[in-house]
Amino acid sequence: MNKFIKLSVLIIFIQCLPFYASAGSDGTISLSEKDKPVKDCFEKINRTTFAFNQSLDRVLFKPIAKGYNKLPRPIKNGSSNFVGNISNLVTIPNNILQGDFKSAGINTIRLIINTTLGIVGLYDAAEAMGLEKLDKEDYGQTLGKMGVGPGCYLVLPVLGPSTVRDTIGNFANFSGGDPFYNITIKHDTQYFSEPDYYSTRATAALDFRAKNLGSLDNLEKNSVDFYAAVRSLYLQDRQKKIANNEVATETMDDSDWEEIEEQ
Amino acid sequence: MKFIRILKTALLIFFLFLSNSFAISPSDFIQKITDNASNILSSNLSKNEKQNKLKEIADENVDIKGIGFYTLGNYRKNLSDNQKKEYSNLFKKYFLKSFSSRLVEYSNPKITVVSQEILNEKYTIVNSILDATKDRPEIKIDWRVYTKNPSKLLIRDLIIEGLSLARTQKEEFSSIISSNDNNVEALFKTLEQF
Repeated sequence: MNKFIKLSVLIIFIQCLPFYASAGSDGTISLSEKDKPVKDCFEKINRTTFAFNQSLDRVLFKPIAKGYNKLPRPIKNGSSNFVGNISNLVTIPNNILQGDFKSAGINTIRLIINTTLGIVGLYDAAEAMGLEKLDKEDYGQTLGKMGVGPGCYLVLPVLGPSTVRDTIGNFANFSGGDPFYNITIKHDTQYFSEPDYYSTRATAALDFRAKNLGSLDNLEKNSVDFYAAVRSLYLQDRQKKIANNEVATETMDDSDWEEIEEQ
Repeated sequence: MKFIRILKTALLIFFLFLSNSFAISPSDFIQKITDNASNILSSNLSKNEKQNKLKEIADENVDIKGIGFYTLGNYRKNLSDNQKKEYSNLFKKYFLKSFSSRLVEYSNPKITVVSQEILNEKYTIVNSILDATKDRPEIKIDWRVYTKNPSKLLIRDLIIEGLSLARTQKEEFSSIISSNDNNVEALFKTLEQF
């Protein structure tokens, strides 16, 4: 498994090299310039993968998410809290890598309180004690924060929208960056096994899908190009998360509006 | 002459004061619109009637023409006057249909304006919260209000949880045009068929 992961990382890195080269030559994408538009280098393949993911969603994920939504509220909240608590294991090292030691401290205290008093994270005891939930951080965001540009837009089978940078960031999880992966899969411990990891990841995905059932249906119904709408929303969301900026105006390019003034 | 100049200045200040004092603040403007929409959505009207009422609100308070040209991006520079006119009509129909059918799915949404941020004399961002329900968490909605004319405020964008709808729309349109050999007529056809 480890060899496969290392090989996959290497292949992705090698594939990235032409993007780095073209970034400098055509000027349209640059992995070091955050504000340049993200290029959809593999749009045909991405659209095919997107269609495949949609079919998979229709026959598998959506029906399960609908069923999940019918569960009693305490069960849904419990599983959402549980996966949220485990995600702190990736968020904390990324807080530190981004130099945000205050958030790292808060998330560490939240993790300890919720794992103990919150019964393995099922109940958000820390929030009840006044420690508000903070935003999640991942290795893709940390790379972005360090100035690495997104590279090309990608649609991954099953996993959905991503970029070259975010995919590389995901691989960091399997290379020692995710303590939960380390104790469930990488190292043979007597307490956890592989299904613990995969079931937790599947629950996190299901929780996300269930929370967005209505909004995604609505978006699909009212889009003239659903693929492009999802791409735009994903890239805006990543841009916002990397900037850790709550200011809405950052998402708009005012120059276009200025031109409209003069029409 | 000096007297006339002073009188002109005084009149100008008076009317500016008058227009500003009568103008509604961007926060109140948004709260009024959302309350109005909320009343329609929670009423006993049929789905069609609700959509028609929502269309009326949007037509009156949203800068549909401005958003239309914004979402066209650089392609708008190459349009002839006839194409501009055709596009404006198509976009308006599309926008109102899409906007009202998005909103009509919500029953009794409660939006509370929490603050506003004046960006410059032309724009103010109004921050609001769509209250949580048992099916979804609380949602932050920011409104980009065009304030150039204080007596006729207009909405130019909705930013939901930091994601701009105008920008998303712009990228959708751009994708359609670029995947059809940069032919803007392909977008017109898509809008017609929507």
